[in-house]
Amino acid sequence: MHVQVNGESRRVPEEINVTGLLRDLELNVERVAVEVNLEILDRRDFDARTLREGDRIEILSFIGGGGGSGHE
Amino acid sequence: MSDDRLTIAGREFRSRLWVGTGKYKDFVETKKAIETSGADVVTVAVRRVNVTDRNSENLLDYLDPKQYTILPNTAGCYTVEDAVRYARLARAAGVSDLVKLEVIGDERTLFPDTAGLIEAARILIKEGFVVLPYTNDDPIVAQKLVDIGCPAVMPLAAPIGSGLGIRNPYNLKIILETVNVPVIVDAGVGTASDAALAMEYGADAVLMNTAIAGAKEPIAMAEAMKYAVEAGRLAYKAGRIPRKLYATASSPIEGML
Repeated sequence: MHVQVNGESRRVPEEINVTGLLRDLELNVERVAVEVNLEILDRRDFDARTLREGDRIEILSFIGGGGGSGHE
Repeated sequence: MSDDRLTIAGREFRSRLWVGTGKYKDFVETKKAIETSGADVVTVAVRRVNVTDRNSENLLDYLDPKQYTILPNTAGCYTVEDAVRYARLARAAGVSDLVKLEVIGDERTLFPDTAGLIEAARILIKEGFVVLPYTNDDPIVAQKLVDIGCPAVMPLAAPIGSGLGIRNPYNLKIILETVNVPVIVDAGVGTASDAALAMEYGADAVLMNTAIAGAKEPIAMAEAMKYAVEAGRLAYKAGRIPRKLYATASSPIEGML
């Protein structure tokens, strides 16, 4: 099936859960926030949350930053 | 200075210099500059991870969250909805309820939208966040933020990244006199004397990013800022002499020929 991960379509196995997706992406579960269809998940729910065709997933983490944001 | 700790919402901080982590050449320079600055609070932004480049490094590989208080911001948010969403994402990505709340009103000045800021702060405080608001140098807004439950306020010295120093020292002094929570001067510092001045006025801490990261020698500037903040704090506590128009001699008349 296909899901959207950070705006891009990605093929993933059926019945994969959030933990599985993060593992496939080699991301540290402790360092990311995951939003599925605009709902922010608690880290403790990553196992229980099975993904479905067409889900829109956002994976975010901390990057360098001070105040404001923009291009220079 | 070791007993001169800053306490906000039950958390104790050793350093009164807080630093951002943006604009450095690489993570190695980021780490070195922050270590040199002596800061124990570092701000970070929340963004999409790069899911295509498996080798991309994580900032937290360089800044141990056990060693530093990671203060996520809502930089880049122009609406209450966005700021609240990013704050929630930051909490989900991290380990604490701390957020440096920014609701930006305008791209050119990056001045805060203070009406939106108050609204977003109210929502987040209700959800249990410890909201540290990036605000304008407006005493009325600062007081409102305190009234709704912000445990500190972070008025700007000047526009973010401008390096103009404290543009409105009198407003800042009024904020320092009127609010009963720590005041962290955030944004606009250009060089060490700006930071020292903020501390001499009685600011509880200074937060900066560009002044260090954008200096010709960021590591050296980090060191300068460390001393500036310490010197300013010491001078504030020592109590400066009053300004007078005419001279006052420092040597006695007695014993002169």
